[in-house]
Parts: sequence; structure tokens; C-alpha cells
Amino acid sequence: MKGLFIISGLGVLAMLAEIFKFKKLLYPLVLIGILAAYVTNFMEWNNNTSIELFANMMRFDNVALAFSGVILVTAFFWFILANDYFEQDHVTDHFALVLFALVGAIMLTGFSNMTTLFLGIEILSIPMYVLAASRKRDLASNEAGFKYLIMGSFASGFLLFGIALIYGATGSFDLMAIRSFISHAQGDLPAFFYAGVLMVLVAMLFKVSAAPFHFWAPDVYEGSPTVITALMSTIVKTAAFAAFMRLFLVVFGGVNESWSMVLAVVIALSLVVSNITAATQNSVKRMLAYSSISHAAFMLMAILANQRGMASVSAILYYSLAYSVGSIAAFTVLYNVSKAKDNANIEAFNGLGKRHPFMAACMVIAMLSLAGIPITAGFFAKYFIFSVMIGTTFKWLIILAILTSAVGVYYYFKVIIAMYFKQEDGEQEVTMETSHVLLLALTTIFTLALGIVPKYVIEIFS
Amino acid sequence: MLVGLLIIVPLIASLLVFFTKGNTSRTVALGLSVVEFILSLVVLFQFKHNPASADLMLNCPWVESLGIHFAVSVDALSMLMVLLTTFLVPLIILSSFNTSYEKPNSFYGLILLMQMALVGVFTANDGFLFYVFWELALIPIYFICLLWGGENRGRITFKFFVYTLFGSLFMLVGLVYLYNHTGFETGIKSWAVTDLYQAGKSLNLQQQSVVFWCIFLAFGIKMPIFPLHTWQPDTYVNAPTQGTMLLSGIMLKMGTFGLIKWLMPVTPLALAEWGWLAITLSVFGIFYASCIAIVQKDYKRLIAYSSIAHVGLIAAGILSANQQGIQGAVMQMLAHGVNVVGLFLIADILMRHTGTREMEKLGGIRNMNGNFAVLFLIVMLGSVALPLTNGFVGEFLLINGVYQYGAWVAAFAGLTVILGAVYMLRSYQAIMLGERKDSAIAFGSLASTDKWVLYIICFAIIAFGVYPKPLNDLAEEGTKAILTYIK
Repeated sequence: MKGLFIISGLGVLAMLAEIFKFKKLLYPLVLIGILAAYVTNFMEWNNNTSIELFANMMRFDNVALAFSGVILVTAFFWFILANDYFEQDHVTDHFALVLFALVGAIMLTGFSNMTTLFLGIEILSIPMYVLAASRKRDLASNEAGFKYLIMGSFASGFLLFGIALIYGATGSFDLMAIRSFISHAQGDLPAFFYAGVLMVLVAMLFKVSAAPFHFWAPDVYEGSPTVITALMSTIVKTAAFAAFMRLFLVVFGGVNESWSMVLAVVIALSLVVSNITAATQNSVKRMLAYSSISHAAFMLMAILANQRGMASVSAILYYSLAYSVGSIAAFTVLYNVSKAKDNANIEAFNGLGKRHPFMAACMVIAMLSLAGIPITAGFFAKYFIFSVMIGTTFKWLIILAILTSAVGVYYYFKVIIAMYFKQEDGEQEVTMETSHVLLLALTTIFTLALGIVPKYVIEIFS
Repeated sequence: MLVGLLIIVPLIASLLVFFTKGNTSRTVALGLSVVEFILSLVVLFQFKHNPASADLMLNCPWVESLGIHFAVSVDALSMLMVLLTTFLVPLIILSSFNTSYEKPNSFYGLILLMQMALVGVFTANDGFLFYVFWELALIPIYFICLLWGGENRGRITFKFFVYTLFGSLFMLVGLVYLYNHTGFETGIKSWAVTDLYQAGKSLNLQQQSVVFWCIFLAFGIKMPIFPLHTWQPDTYVNAPTQGTMLLSGIMLKMGTFGLIKWLMPVTPLALAEWGWLAITLSVFGIFYASCIAIVQKDYKRLIAYSSIAHVGLIAAGILSANQQGIQGAVMQMLAHGVNVVGLFLIADILMRHTGTREMEKLGGIRNMNGNFAVLFLIVMLGSVALPLTNGFVGEFLLINGVYQYGAWVAAFAGLTVILGAVYMLRSYQAIMLGERKDSAIAFGSLASTDKWVLYIICFAIIAFGVYPKPLNDLAEEGTKAILTYIK
């Protein structure tokens, strides 16, 4: 909870830095601040004295702390990745926007009221719209920002309408009040309540970019600056899933028969569409965008298996951590390669295994993790999802997930084959800063360590 | 603890080798793999004297809340497989001494990493751990084939990887399904192999059938069994020789071993219901692969197809689920592992000395190097299972076993033994005998390392052909233990 204050304070500080001219200090300050927020998170763990705040608008229980922990770790890695993003123009603005997006993300892990949910989503989204368009002379970046804004606002409209309908039926914005209303009503709920639940579902599916609400994602991911794409596919996703989980596992778990079939169809569509489309992409950035849809579908499966309770929660937690860390590593390599070769196509990776063995080896681990091969984190992530799914009535989704995972291996391995098998054609030397080398080493070790000792994450709530 | 060392030593060895340079890599790799072999002999000694010793078991929790343990142990069956692995890996490394590979440290490091995963697969006593090692074995061999393979390696190794991964994922589903049915009485779910056996037996026929086919798919692809074999010939031919040896000598046995330990005792009802289909596929595969082997021109490709034929017989023996069948399969797994490594080395020697493996272009090599001709002959006879070679014991028991299952199966299997002799003898004749067809081809004396590898292999072929009792006793013991679970 104090983490939220620290990050907000950093955001304000970033804006002041322009006026009081301490721009140079800002970067180290932000890194320290994020670490401090992480430490306070740690200290609040299992400390249940003051978890309900702002007249019960927020609730920072262990689940919220764990998810905001994932967000903060990823944010720390992300700031190392994005260091030269903050050396161009509008430095302080970029800092402030990213930090406020983080504030929104942390709010989404700890809301306990529909209004704070909406606030969190907007605080997260509005800076993201601006950041997507932050390469302001680039047409693609402008298009990305614009598209994101239009589609995002539309989804927010759905969310608000859904919240209004739910309020109409239950008379409350408070999550716990809605939950107890549902359990007392015992199925005797007005039809517009279900309409409200489905509208909230649609809005959330839009935010996590599940098919068929995914059409914005590839264009936005490709058009945005690479580091912003990394931000979107890690922190924004984790936050959206924390919110999704809280809504549909905790609050609407009682009426799951009204939304679980819809969700199952959405998952099936996402798996098929994303994997098949990703396999045909030539741009690695766009491929990662489609693959993020498939990862979203995996995490949605744990929400679908909502009768599994805490097992689902820890499966999602583990998945989002594994996926975020793996993605940051992949984006670090992609960022350096595309900077040197001036494009993000698969050919840019040709011959990287010879030219830069360390970078290539880290990329291999990242790809193996995203593809879900043992003994990386990604394997356990997929395994935990399977193990919560297998007790449900949706076993057919597991078979579909396996079939599409095999397709997934195809496009992840395309990168590996390009790095080790194809000859390099260009002249440009791929170089990497020391901080990025460290970041790659760190994320790779993290990916392997998560795979070797998964119990520290998966047993975190027991 | 000893058994833990068996897994840790190759891991440490591979890490060490990654940090060496140039020719020291292979020397270090060879030395450390010999250490591992000696270690496995120590384990064997311990196992002979005190099979229940605590040294032969290791069980520590990995993810306690999900019932996942790092549980490894040695029994008669896994002892044999571990011995096969630790015996072959030094030979495989030694056989590479006359080829210079780029980045030798990565090459040998990956071989040793692979050894770790293989030993893990053979000793794992926890379903989850088994799966992890099973997948882990795939990564090094994929990179060995991708980085040091021949033409078209990108496409071919990729096909291999996707095929096997696809099967493995289905196995994972089958295992998770079993895991979900464990712990009915206690309420505690567990991945321990005996609990999985129990869970499997508690299922009805329909459920068992699903589990059976899910897991069979993974093993069938790995072996490979017709019609899941299409990845195999291209991969074997394109892989570097050492990769091919690892694939055919040891990795193939992961599939057959898995069949014995992780499938047959789990789904006895499904086996009774569907065994005929699996056996038919295996036996048809023998016939099909033998026929294709007969018309092959490339010697390496011929061995690849002969490998499908052999493994088909092994699978049929296992699936017939009787003492002779399984025991014969175990013996044949050992013999085939040794022989096929010898055959692939011979193919490699031919390639290095003459620049071709096309049998039509070769001929008359016996006149140029009689020593090589004798060694080749011994390996070839071992592989066609002549009495007094190591191949005979297993093949005899196998045909005996499948005969008990059904006379028609034995008839087919017997036919293919004849076909095996046809293509093996014909290829020997084409390569070694007669007159030399291309005067440009010269064949000097063998390099000393090649000679030593062939000496050791020939010694093993004859020694265990004349006196198979020690191995046979172990195989018998292991088979009996498994049969008590199946019955």
C-alpha cells in the first residue's frame, strides 16, 4: 500500500524535475523508489492490520501485494531496459507518464470497489495512450496511440455501462457487498444484472486483448516504441489480470454459469487465432504481440477454472511473473537487434548466434520459456494452468491449448533457427550496453531459477 | 546419495566443459564421462550387494504442495539402462576424435548435458520429474543436430522437435490426469510412481484408454513406431554422427523404457483392450521399415530404417506383456544400443575415408583394410542376431514372447528377422566385398581412436553373446518386478 504512495510521489517528483532542473537525478531516483516500494510491499506481507483503506475503497491483502510485487519487479527490469528512452526529448513527461501508469496498475491489484476499478483502469490507460504515440514524428506511433485511445475509450464505455447495471441490480459498488448480494439472491437476479456482468467481461477481455477483442493489439504493439510495447505486454497485462481475477474469481464466482461458457469460447478463439496468425508473421515484434494474446488465453483458463480458488490465483501469479520476465528478456534482445539493423523482422536475427553468443543464448532461454519447455519458468506456468484446468468440465480446452502450443513452438523456434542456422547478411554490428547485458543475465537467471525452485512463488499463499 | 551423484556428475561435467577451449574440451569430456562410467559400476556393485541400500535412493521434496518430489532410485531395469548410457557416452565422445567440430566446448557440453537428462529419465521415480528429464533430454540433442548437422538441418531438426514435443505434451496430460486420481484414501495427491500405478488401476476402461493413448503417443513418437516415424530417417541422416548415436543408441530407449515402466503397469485394462492395435502397428512397422531398408542406397539411411525395424520388434515384445517378451526387449535394447553405435561409427568411418556412403560407389574395401572388414563383420553379425553375439539372446526371447501372444505376430516378426539379414548382409557385400568400383576411392588404415571404439564394441558384442547371464539375470529381475504390477 505504501508502495502506491511512493510511486505516486515519484510521478509528481518527475513533473517537478522539469521546473527545478534535476532531470539527471531522476533516473536513479526512480530505480531506488521502485525498490523502496518493493520493500514496503514486503514488510506489509501477512500484516493484516490496515488492509482496508479509503473507506474500504482499496484492499491490499496478500494477493494484491503479490501481484503488485510482480508489477514492481517487472517495472524495475523495464526501467533498466528503457534507459535510453529517457534520454530523448520530453524526458520528465515520459517518466511521469510511466510512473502514473504504474500507479494505475498497482491500484488494479488492490481495488475493492467498482469506482476504484474504473479509476485504476483509466489511470493506467490514459498514460499508455500517450506513450504509445510518444514517437510523435512517426506515423505508425501516432496511429498506434490513436487506435489505442479510440478502442480503449470504447471499452471503458462498456465497463461503465456494466458497472451501472450491476449497481442497479445490487445497489452497491462495493465488491464484497455485490458478492454477498449474489450469494443471498440464490439465482433470483434480474436479467440486466447478467447483462452488466457480461459487459464488464467484454471490457476486461478488451483490456487483456483476448480474441475477438484483440484487433487493436498487433497494430498498437507494432506501432509503439519497442520499450513501450514491452511495458504494455508485461505490466499492463499483469495489472489487467489482477483486476480480472478479483472480479471474476471473487465477485462473480457465484454466477459463473452465466459467463464461463462465453469465456471458454473466447479462450478457444484466442488460442487458435493468435497462434496461427503469429506463425505467419515476419516481424518479431508483431509475432510477440500475437503470442501475448495466446498467453492471455492461458491465464484466462485459470480464471475459467474458478472453483479451484487459491490454486487458480497462484497459477495466474506464477504465469504473469514467468511471462513478464521472459518477455522483458525477449524485448531487450529485440530492442538491441532492431536498433542495430533498423528493423524488427526475423531476418534481423540472422547469424546472431555467431556474432553475439551471449545475447543469442539469453534469447534462446527466453524463447524456450515463452514456448513452455522445461526447465524454464514458462513450463511450470503452463503446467500449473493445466493442473487447475484438468479438474473442470472444460478439459477439451487443454487439448486445444496443447495443439496450439505446438504451433507456438514453431514461431518461437523460427527465431532460434534464424540466430543459429541462417547466415548474417547485413554489415551492422549488434552491440549492447553493459546495463542491458546485466539485465539479460538477471532475467535469464530469474527464468531458470523460477523453473528450478517454483515453490517459492506457487506456495506463496499457503 | 550415490544415485544423486549419477545425475550431478554429468551436469557438473557439462558446465566444466563449457568453459574449456579447443582440443582440451574433448579430453576433459572423455575423462569425465569415464568417471561417470566408473561411478555407475560402483552403483552396480552396491546394487548387487545391497539392493535396498539408502545409497540407491534419493527423495527430497521439490514442490511439496503439489506432491512433486525429486525422487530417483535404481532398480534392476534402470540399472541396466544407466549402464548402457554411461557405457556408450564415452564411446560416442571417443568416436568424435577424428572429426573437428566448431565450438567443441558447446558440442561436448551438450552431449554431457544430454547424458544427465538421460540418466535422470532412467532413474526418475516421480512422474513429474520423469517428464521434466524427458523434455530436458530433447533440448541438447536439438541443438546438437541444429548446430552441427548437415544440409537442410533447420527444417529437419525442427520437424523432429515439434513431433516429439507434441507427443510429450500429450503424455503430460495423461500424467496429470493420473495425478488427479491419486490419493483417494489419503486425500494427498502424489506423483510417486507407485501412486500413479494405483491411480491408473482405479480408472475404468474408457478412462484408461484415454491415458493409454495419450502416453503411448509420446513413447511411440520417440521410438519411433509406424506411422509416427516420419521424422526419424531424415533426422538420423542429417544429424552429426555423435548426435545420431545418441538418438538411436540411447534416446530411442527412453521410449521403450517408458513403455515398460510408465505405461504398462498404469493401464492394464486398456492394454488388454488396445494391445492388439499397438502390437499390429509395431509389427507392421518392422515389415515396412525392413522393406524400405532393402532398397536404400545410402548406408546411414539404411541403418536408420533398420533401427525402426528393431525397435518395432522390441515394442511388440513389451506390449505382449509376458516374461519372455519384456525380458527379451530389455536385452535387445542393450544389444541394439551397442550395435547401432558401432554401425553408425562404421558409416562415419566410410564417409571420412571415402567421402561417400553410397553403397553403389563403394566395394572391395576388404582388400584394402582387412582389419576393418573383420570388425565390421562382427558388428554386422551382432545386429542380425547371430547366435553367440549379443543380439541373439534378446531376439530369441522376443520371438518367444510374441509367439505366446499370438502365432501370427511371431510369424511376421520371424519374417522380418530374415529381411534384416537380407539388407545387412547385402550392404556388407556391396561395401566390403567384390572389386573396387571407383578407383579414386582409397581406404587407408583406421585411426587409433576409431579402432579402439570398434574393439570395445566388438568385445561387448561377443562377450555378452557368449556369456549373457549377468545382464540376463538383471533383466529377469526387472521384468518380474514390473510384471507383478501388470498382473
